[in-house]
Amino acid sequence: MENVGAPLLELKNIKKDFFGNQVLMDINLTVHEGEVIGLVGENGAGKSTLMKIVFGADVIRETGGYGGDIVLNGEKVIFNTPFDALNAGIGMVHQEFSLIPGFSTTENILLNREPQKKNVIAEVFGQRMSTLDRAEMNQKADEAIAKLGIRIDTDMLIKDMPVGHKQFTEIARELSKENIKLLILDEPTAVLTEKEAEILLEAIRGMAQRGIAVIFITHRLQEILNICNRVVIMRDGCLVQDVKAAETSEAEITKAMVGRNVVKGEKDAIRNFDSGESREILQVKRLWVDMPGETVRDVSFDVKEGEILGIGGLAGQGKLGIPNGIMGLYEAGGTVIFDGKEIPLNNPRRCLDASIAFVSEDRRGVGLLLDEALGWNIAFPAMQIQEKFLRRYLGGLIKWRDEKAIEDVTNKYIEELAIKCTGTKQKAKELSGGNQQKICLAKAFALEPRLLFVSEPTRGIDVGAKALVLSALKRFNRESGTTVVMISSELEELRSTCDRIAIVSGGKIAKIISAETSSEVFGALMVSQVR
Amino acid sequence: MNENTIEKKGIKETLSDALKSFGLPRIIIAGFLLLLYIMAPIVGADLPTQITNTINRFSWNAIMVLAMVPMVHSGCGLNFGLPLGIISGLLGATLSIEFGFTGGFSFVMAILLATPFALLLGTGYGWLLNKIKGGEMMIATYVGFSSVSFMCMMWLLLPYDSPNMVWGMAGKGLRTTISLEGYYDQALASILQIKIGNFEIPTGTLLFFALFAFAIWAFLHTKTGTAMTAVGSNPVFARASGINVDKMRLLSVVMSTWLAAIGILVYEQGFGFIQLYMAPFYMALPAVSAILIGGASVNKASIANVIIGTFLFQGIVTMTPTVMNNMVHMDMSEVVRIIVSQGMILYALTRKTEATR
Repeated sequence: MENVGAPLLELKNIKKDFFGNQVLMDINLTVHEGEVIGLVGENGAGKSTLMKIVFGADVIRETGGYGGDIVLNGEKVIFNTPFDALNAGIGMVHQEFSLIPGFSTTENILLNREPQKKNVIAEVFGQRMSTLDRAEMNQKADEAIAKLGIRIDTDMLIKDMPVGHKQFTEIARELSKENIKLLILDEPTAVLTEKEAEILLEAIRGMAQRGIAVIFITHRLQEILNICNRVVIMRDGCLVQDVKAAETSEAEITKAMVGRNVVKGEKDAIRNFDSGESREILQVKRLWVDMPGETVRDVSFDVKEGEILGIGGLAGQGKLGIPNGIMGLYEAGGTVIFDGKEIPLNNPRRCLDASIAFVSEDRRGVGLLLDEALGWNIAFPAMQIQEKFLRRYLGGLIKWRDEKAIEDVTNKYIEELAIKCTGTKQKAKELSGGNQQKICLAKAFALEPRLLFVSEPTRGIDVGAKALVLSALKRFNRESGTTVVMISSELEELRSTCDRIAIVSGGKIAKIISAETSSEVFGALMVSQVR
Repeated sequence: MNENTIEKKGIKETLSDALKSFGLPRIIIAGFLLLLYIMAPIVGADLPTQITNTINRFSWNAIMVLAMVPMVHSGCGLNFGLPLGIISGLLGATLSIEFGFTGGFSFVMAILLATPFALLLGTGYGWLLNKIKGGEMMIATYVGFSSVSFMCMMWLLLPYDSPNMVWGMAGKGLRTTISLEGYYDQALASILQIKIGNFEIPTGTLLFFALFAFAIWAFLHTKTGTAMTAVGSNPVFARASGINVDKMRLLSVVMSTWLAAIGILVYEQGFGFIQLYMAPFYMALPAVSAILIGGASVNKASIANVIIGTFLFQGIVTMTPTVMNNMVHMDMSEVVRIIVSQGMILYALTRKTEATR
């Protein structure tokens, strides 16, 4: 079924930037009728953005549109809204469910496309008054579900369903559309059990046989190899590989996914902390964290004094839950021993008192006082926890904020970290992402912690700022001997900064290995226990 | 680079910056108020009397407006539950008279007696507000209203028997309005009072307010005050920095309630009467609108906002009816007062700015 006639969909030189930040560069992709294409790539590689462009999502138009052409059945098309895409025969199943919980399966599948019965009132007042043809609706819904090769009770309410059935309902809704030609599935198997995933894959094969093209996004590489005709790999906004599934392997895909051509900067020698001399400063045992979307199930690891430990893994696998849980920002359980003393969980104050600091991945939500001056942002935790930057009157009864000391320390960090700002009085919200991140680091540095958790320190900041932030972290680690635990989605960043790297998969630590290990090994570990 | 640009700014820019920071709404209202002062002598009202009125009303109300500040800082929003604090103050006032204290000393005792009620009610109120984060202002409104209704019953039932306060015929149940003559009427205002013809300045009351304003300003510069502001600015940040967010919010609510109690006592000493029953019902909105007009937002408020706002608001509500009445020779002061004050609340609320999240 390959290359018969004109391709169904052609993407030509698709480009997209978000406010000057290039996320897609010259993407060329052709999809033929009945073809199943597996789209893979790390988080942030641009998969979802590309699919949103194809589906005409509002966010694309609102952020200034895209460059390049979409050609459907040999005709150039422009989708301004998802409705245009739907009419042209493109369906999309999103990662998040878009179903109405209080409606039945049938009602959800045929929402706004219900077969109608004419009646007298409808004759007079128009179509809005006609009644629903329940019998035909059930029949149509049954047909669509049957196409999937499964059985779902058509009268069941969505809210009473197991999560797998909700996913099937979404797909059935797309299949019930008669003109459907291309179906985009964004991580449909992420919420399914193995058995359900198999059924879904079987259904995808069935669709392909009926001539529907499918673009299938997943992190489970084996599924791709099982059902796809072609595998398309994206990395950093570029399409790096487009190969037949039969001609590739899991190892090759992971290599292409993560093995980017990064200019190797000043890479310090990996220090070895395994020899008996260095002691363990932090021991984490059987940690669980209930952080939505980043659940940590059972994590145990040790951190050696003076090292930089990296924690990597795919999004949603729980790597972010680890620091947030230890620092008490989300409900957690397990044992955390710092410097020989057990730290009680679920209490941020106790961690800070024990000289552990945290730079959150959620800069704007957790990391900054956006409406306050830079000085406050940097000095606040140190003031509250360690009583720095205070002047005491009446024998310590009155603890007066020492504006001068705050200004001094702020100026010191502005200089050290090359923070671009108009002065210590500028509000944090007025800075760019990279400079805000530096403020967050300065805030943690001002605490002079013995252990520093840094979560996604380079998320959403440009390349130049990235290098500065990472080198500041390294310098801080080496000059003041602070142990650093750095959590990042970007493997290359971890490999160039850390001594050892722990890979988290499925809420557990897959393995802790030296940063010098080859990237294929990391790639394999990342997807090893994905659930 | 940036320092240079600041230096290059001419007087014009500096002036326009200053105006900008003062805010267009305040410029309009201040302009309107100025117009009213100019109109007053033209339509035949005595200007010194009017200015005295404005200053008096400012001095009566300013502490109740100041009571808004702690809760705004801790992120609890505007204290629509002000009547709760006012009730504490009323309990202190009536108890002080009941126990037989007279003259200026009865004012001191009223404050002391009101304090435990304010602390107790404030703690309960704060506990409640910590349960319903995000909907504080709505709940606060109903806390205020329901506490007023509850006290309407209590004023009748509580066993007061001072003849100066209870209904004459029945001999029990408090009157709606209780005169403070012989108690603390003008207790503060008469201290160091300046009188020039029709023009009077209640120096004592103004100094009393200045004392509290300074105390709050100072508090906001302490470690605890800084923590409170941070809680209001970004509660998640504060929590991640080891601050007990609920404790800070509770403290702010207790402070606000206590200030409201003091505020109503100051109001009474200027006004000369204790007003019970439904009177506290309408006390929160003028205070809220005053601080909003002063330039505060739901998350940010300064002492300057309090002073400017109280002056503008009280200036408008005293001047507008006077000028209007003199112009159309018809007594519609109450109608005008209500239209103006409610209109200003509406206007101020549409101008409120939310913090960046």
